[in-house]
Amino acid sequence: MNEEIMKEDTGTHDPSLPESPETPLKETVSTFRLVATLAVAGALAGLLIVLVNQHTKPIIDKYKAEQLKIAVYEVLPGVERYSTYYLVNDRLSLNIPEGNKDSDYRRIYVGYDILDEVSGIAISRGESGFQDVVQIIFGFNPTTGKLSGMKVLDSKETPGLGDKIFKDMAFVKQFFAGPETPLIGVKIGAGKGKPNEIDTITGATISSKVVIDIINHALEEWRPVIDRGIPKAPVVSKFEETKQ
Amino acid sequence: MRKTTPSQDFIRGIWNENPVLIQMLGLCPALAVTNSVKNALAMSAATFFVICCSSVLVSSCKRFIPNEVRISAYILVIATFVTLADMLLQAYAPVQHKELGAFIALIVVNCMILGRQEAFSAKNNVYRSLLDAIGTGIGFTIALVMMGGFREILGTGSFLEYSLFGANFEPWVIMVLPAGGFLTLGFILLAMGFVEQRKKTKTTLTAEQSP
Repeated sequence: MNEEIMKEDTGTHDPSLPESPETPLKETVSTFRLVATLAVAGALAGLLIVLVNQHTKPIIDKYKAEQLKIAVYEVLPGVERYSTYYLVNDRLSLNIPEGNKDSDYRRIYVGYDILDEVSGIAISRGESGFQDVVQIIFGFNPTTGKLSGMKVLDSKETPGLGDKIFKDMAFVKQFFAGPETPLIGVKIGAGKGKPNEIDTITGATISSKVVIDIINHALEEWRPVIDRGIPKAPVVSKFEETKQ
Repeated sequence: MRKTTPSQDFIRGIWNENPVLIQMLGLCPALAVTNSVKNALAMSAATFFVICCSSVLVSSCKRFIPNEVRISAYILVIATFVTLADMLLQAYAPVQHKELGAFIALIVVNCMILGRQEAFSAKNNVYRSLLDAIGTGIGFTIALVMMGGFREILGTGSFLEYSLFGANFEPWVIMVLPAGGFLTLGFILLAMGFVEQRKKTKTTLTAEQSP
């Protein structure tokens, strides 16, 4: 950079050449000015982004929280209310240790029926799909081990093919029909009628298998934790979220 | 440089120098997100916002941008507006934002936008740069919607998600795949070339006939 500038300096400000107003010399710009221009522009750009982000962040977060709430009730049909439980020291807890951010803790959503009994558990989990991470939420009944629903929260799967994991209702409905776990994916027509079979989507085998894998892995991981016991959720607590 | 009128600035991007169909710029989004008309429209809207804002800002700040760092400055301006578009879409049109995924962030590297800054906004005033940006934006929209329509009709048998042919239609899955994008673009360019050639033959014929 400096060398270039110096070269240009000697080229344009050659003292042997007379300076004439008719032939304007090529203006050289100091390195400082180059850096300063970009720095100022960058600072302004940053400021603008921060301002807009401050405005849009609450809207985006609110939307995401709403979507999650809707999704929990969707995958746990018949649930009256649910509580969020955090994984603290390998046990489920309603509270997180003080002074910690709640986003640092993994969580599950435990749904209660009208009699205040645990009737379903929803787990959100993401794994790499065909293109990027597929994030889903699914619900299951801890007593029977049967699934009660599944919803894709975030996916960048191929539009038209992989996105059938949430657009193909025939595929999605299978998860709401109470299949037993662990799930196995089978090609359409190749199933043996077992209660834990899920028909994969033609043309989107990888994406549909990812959904099945996520559910199996999540259950493998959370089952022991859940079996260790779910602390009773107080009927009224600040963690409680009631259906509106 | 040839002098142009403001209306020419506006029209040029739409037809004569259509960014996608004539200049072959911005092909990445044109191929990637045009598997449905809705996605094509959302992509065009985001790009339209970015190109208009960038052109106005670049043309009004051109005096302060040293020649040596102009490309970096343009990219900085474009990237800023893309980030804004990304955040605004996520806040106000979350469904479309989800559909377009990573392609919104990739508007930054759409050479059509950088091309307009370098070729036009850096040399012209704000008003004409804006006209040029709007024209280019509309041209981009037309190209994308054309491709999106073609691919959605053949690939899923619907237009803007309204089913056109009923349940018996067997969709051409290839049309919604990346390969379908290349095929569609090829056919559209073929058709345009055909029209252009016919126009040329006609003009030469009339020129020969008239003494």
